[in-house]
Amino acid sequence: MMAGVSLTGVFTPNLWSGGPAPGQLYNFPATKTQNESRTHTMYPSTSGTSVVGLVYDGGVMVAADSLGSYGSLARFRNVKRLFRVTDKAVLACSGDIADYQFIREVIEQKVRDDEIHGYTPELNACALHCWLTRVLYNRRSRFDPLWLESVVAGYKGDTPFLGFVDKIGTAFEAKEVATGFGVHLAIPMIREAREKGNLTREAARKLLVDCLKVLYYRDCRAHFKYQLADITPEGVTIHDDLDLKQETSWEVASFVRGYD
Amino acid sequence: MFRNQYDNDVTVWSPQGRLHQVEYAMEAVKQGSATVGLKSSTHAVLVALKRASSELAAHQKKIKPVDEHIAVSISGLTADARVLIRFMRTECRHEHFAHDQSLSLNKLMERVGMKMQVATQRYDKRPYGVGLLIAGYDEDGPHIYQTCPSANYYDCRAMAIGARSQSARTYLERHLEDFPNAAREELIRHALRALRDTLPNDMELTNKNCSIAVVGVGEKLSIYDDEDVSPYLEGLDQEERRGGTAAAREAPASTAPSAGEEGSAAPSPPPAAGDQGDSMDTD
Repeated sequence: MMAGVSLTGVFTPNLWSGGPAPGQLYNFPATKTQNESRTHTMYPSTSGTSVVGLVYDGGVMVAADSLGSYGSLARFRNVKRLFRVTDKAVLACSGDIADYQFIREVIEQKVRDDEIHGYTPELNACALHCWLTRVLYNRRSRFDPLWLESVVAGYKGDTPFLGFVDKIGTAFEAKEVATGFGVHLAIPMIREAREKGNLTREAARKLLVDCLKVLYYRDCRAHFKYQLADITPEGVTIHDDLDLKQETSWEVASFVRGYD
Repeated sequence: MFRNQYDNDVTVWSPQGRLHQVEYAMEAVKQGSATVGLKSSTHAVLVALKRASSELAAHQKKIKPVDEHIAVSISGLTADARVLIRFMRTECRHEHFAHDQSLSLNKLMERVGMKMQVATQRYDKRPYGVGLLIAGYDEDGPHIYQTCPSANYYDCRAMAIGARSQSARTYLERHLEDFPNAAREELIRHALRALRDTLPNDMELTNKNCSIAVVGVGEKLSIYDDEDVSPYLEGLDQEERRGGTAAAREAPASTAPSAGEEGSAAPSPPPAAGDQGDSMDTD
C-alpha cells in the first residue's frame, strides 16, 4: 500500500449515492442514530423534607411531616411519607415523592409475595434496610438513582432497629437517625436528650415533636401536619394527621434579625 | 416384542397415567447408599453411610454443607446432587446478600422443588436422579425435608432414603414418639441405630463409612467425619440390631450394589404394572 494517498479521489461521489461515505460514520435514514442518549433523574421534582427517628426504651419511633414541596411551592399538604411494611418494619422517606411511591409499591408486592407463599418470618426492618441498600446502590450504579433518603425503623428479632439509606446507597444503623435538615437540627437535640438519661416512650414522643417543631420553624420546606410511627415488639402504630400548629407560635418572627 | 412404548420420553404418559421416566429416576435413589435424617424439638440430625468405589479409593462424601444452618445428605446420582447443592448454596448466599439473613427452609425447599419440577415436564430435560435429605434450623425450629426425582418434597419428622432404607424407616417409625424430647446426643444415637439397621449382618458402622451432621438451637451446623465420628459410635456394636428381632426383613435386598459408584449398577427393572396407586413414593 502506498502511504499518504487520499481515498477521496479514488471514489467518485456517485458511485454509491445515498450510502455511507468512506471514512465517515454510518448514518442510515429513518433511524435515530443521532441521539441515543437517555435522560435520568438528575434532581427531584415533588419532594418531601426531613424524617426523624429514634430508638427509645422499648421501641422505635419515626416522624415526618406530610408536605410534598414543588420547588419552593408547598404543593401537596397531605402526602403520607411513612408507611407500615410489616409488624416489624416501617419505612419513611424524604426526597422525591414519586420515587418513594414507586419503592413503596415494590415493597408492598414483596410483602404480599411472602404472605401468599406462607413464609413465616415476615420482612423485618434489618432485612428491609439491607434490601433497600442493594436496590438504591444498584440504581445509582446505573446512573438512574431513586432520589430518596430513607429511614427504616422496626425490629430485628427482639432488638430494635433503626437504619438510614440514601440515593447512592450509603447506609448505616444508629440509635438516632434523620434526613435532610433533620441531620443538622434534630440529631443534636436527640443526642443531648439521651445524655440526660433514658428515654421513655412519653419522653421520646415529646422529643420527636420538639424536633419537628424546630424543623417547622427553621426549614422552609417543612409543614405543621405530620405522621408519627411507634414500633414496639407488639407491632406498629401509626398516628396520622397530627398537627403542630397549636404548639407553635410565630410571635417571635418579627424579632428575628440578620437573615434579610 | 413387548417393549415399553411409553418410557422413551419424560413428557409421555402411559395409558395407566404414569410417567415411566420419572419412575425410573425414582429407582436411582434406591441405588445410593442409605442415609437417615430425624429431628427433635431442638435439633435436626443427618447420618449417612458412605461407600468407597474401590479398595484404592476414599469413601465418597455423602453429607454436604449448604449454609451455616443447612446440610444435605444425598442418595442417587452424586453428580446430579452437586448441581442441586450448588443451586441451594447460591440461594442461601443470595439471601445473605439481599436481606442480611439466613434463608428459611420453606423458602429454599420451594425453590428447589420448582427447579426439580421443570426437569420432569420438558422433553429436552431429564429428572434429577437423586434423592436428598435436607436438615436445617431456622426461626421455625429444626426441619427435615426429603426430595425426590419426581420433584415432590416432604416435610418429615424422620426419614431414611437409599439402599435397604426400609429397615431404617421401620426403626424410625417404632421410635417416633421418643424423638421430640430427645437430647442432642440421644438423637444422634437414634439416627445411628436406624442407619445400622440398613447394614448387612456382617457389616458395622465405622468412622470410615459413616458421617454425621447436626444443627440446632444455639448451634451452627457441624459435620463429623472420620475420627470425629468415633465417640458417637462407641458401644453401638454392643447393641442388638433391629430391636433384637433379628428377622431379616430385607433378606432379598442383599443385592445392594457392592462395587461401582451410586447409580452405576445394572438398570433396574421398570416398575411393575398394576403397582399401588401412588407409585411416586420412594419405598
